[in-house]
Amino acid sequence: MTTLLEARTVCKSYGDFHALTDVSLSVADGEFISIVGPNGAGKSTLVNVLTGLLRPTSGRVAFRGTDIGGIGPVELARRGMARGFQLVNVFPELTVRETLGVAASSRLKRTGNPLRSLVRDREIADAVEEVAEIFNLRHRLDQPARALSQGEKKLLDVASAFALKPELILIDEPTSGVSTGDKHSIMELLIDACRKAGVRGIIQVEHDMDLVARYSDRIVALQAGRVLADEKPEVFFKDPALIAAVVGTRPPQLRPKAANLNTSSETASQRSAAC
Amino acid sequence: MSAPHIVESTALARPAAEASRASGLWAFLVIVAAMAALPFFASTYTLTLMVPFFALAIALLGFNLLFGYTGLLSFGHAMFLSIGAYSAAVMTSKLGILSFELILLVSIAASVIIAVPVGFLCVRYTRIFFGMLTLAFGMLFHSVLYKFYGITGGDQGMRVLRPLLFGMEFEGGKTAFLTGPFYYYALGLLTALGLLMWRIVRSPFGLHLQAIRENAQKASYLGVEVTRMRLSAYVISGVYGGIGGAILAITIGLADPEIVYWTQSGNLVFMAVLGGSGAFIGPVVGSLAFVLLQDMVMSVTQYWRFVMGAVLILLVVFFPGGLSGIAGGLFTRFKRGS
Repeated sequence: MTTLLEARTVCKSYGDFHALTDVSLSVADGEFISIVGPNGAGKSTLVNVLTGLLRPTSGRVAFRGTDIGGIGPVELARRGMARGFQLVNVFPELTVRETLGVAASSRLKRTGNPLRSLVRDREIADAVEEVAEIFNLRHRLDQPARALSQGEKKLLDVASAFALKPELILIDEPTSGVSTGDKHSIMELLIDACRKAGVRGIIQVEHDMDLVARYSDRIVALQAGRVLADEKPEVFFKDPALIAAVVGTRPPQLRPKAANLNTSSETASQRSAAC
Repeated sequence: MSAPHIVESTALARPAAEASRASGLWAFLVIVAAMAALPFFASTYTLTLMVPFFALAIALLGFNLLFGYTGLLSFGHAMFLSIGAYSAAVMTSKLGILSFELILLVSIAASVIIAVPVGFLCVRYTRIFFGMLTLAFGMLFHSVLYKFYGITGGDQGMRVLRPLLFGMEFEGGKTAFLTGPFYYYALGLLTALGLLMWRIVRSPFGLHLQAIRENAQKASYLGVEVTRMRLSAYVISGVYGGIGGAILAITIGLADPEIVYWTQSGNLVFMAVLGGSGAFIGPVVGSLAFVLLQDMVMSVTQYWRFVMGAVLILLVVFFPGGLSGIAGGLFTRFKRGS
């Protein structure tokens, strides 16, 4: 089974402070990984290291076998990895069409010639409409991002990452700031979108243990910069000590098996073999 | 041009914001057409005001690619006016080369040669830091022109001789040249460069610039090469400035350090705000309004700077969209009413 992303014995220190110590994790093709942990556990640093924004002090981060330590966001996007943000992060004055067009035109390498027409570029237009369709944003295509509701902004943020057609997507609290009732529908939408857009793996950072339990294939718990546990949800949520260490709450409801990135039996069996 | 296609799709479904974007091209073409007809009824004096307007409009179209589209406010953009102006001066009075086409090519080349290293240093910074660095480079340029008396003529400046247009020499007085052949030549340049800029801002390249203006960090995660794009925008805007400077120098007949003094850069910022930096047509409206306003106020009072300052304050407070924003608002209201 192919490994998409692999971190091996990653350490990241700032002077005397060790933000990450010997962190190893891997994301296989078709997997949905959740990273959990209390505030200050090193989640943000780990995300920044995994996305090539920070170079690890020691250890190695590889995406599809090549080192991506400190390569930076543009190169990351080029290699097929996208990132969504915790806080709503949009281009307020750009329309939905333009926002998705930004990602599509970088993926299709359209910016070398400043005189190339955007409106006549069928390939960009098709890519934009395809992603808008997946995220139910078609009717909003010509609205500026600032006019969207909070939930739609969040969707647009993630949708723009999808327009890069990434193989792996890393999302930081995809449902933060969204009402409890909408959380599940957004997660279902995301997973459905991944399936349609050909995304091979998802890493999410999430505080909401209901969502973690329900959608993850594997949970990586961090504490004080170390990996405390790397388990399947069934195992993870059977260990009260582990849950207490991470959040200190009741064990949440486990997910039904159906809602996942890969629906075909072949990949499902691959996944269970790997875990 | 892709205008008919754009209008067609806006007529169908696009809301006001998008429609006003597409209307920028039409507003530009209307102004250009009006300017082409102007010599048939306007006074010679009015026509002599229009050539500096063409020059400033070109420079400002470039300036606004940086300011309005990329979100970088340069306080030293008059540097490029001086590069064009001194290129024209050196070519005509030192080297005896009078072909205006060659002058333009040299201005473009000189602008690129200066813009690449200066831009390389400046675009790593944003907001006030970018503004201050560009201001510093502008002042540096001013003192170089001022102090290198032997080459630049210091505060006396250098004479700029009447050029040949398409290899043709024109007889008659200076005014006849400026309001006749050179008027149309400069208008032609403005038209061509305006259409070129329209294509640039409507390209995927232009879209990436706007993404950078809106949110550079997010843009970089969508694969936008922020620094490279900013540098490209800086160089393009510098080239537009250089071309504008060359035209301006021909109308003045002189290249002196005043053209790069920081107040001149300030005037460019003023014009951009006056016209409205958010609209494609903003720079053209702004430079036209500036030239007319300055002429009008200067003829009435010697305290014209005071009046211009008051206008700027009023605009920033009450009409941040500038004149094109006011016009756009009226247009939308009119359309809704009808």
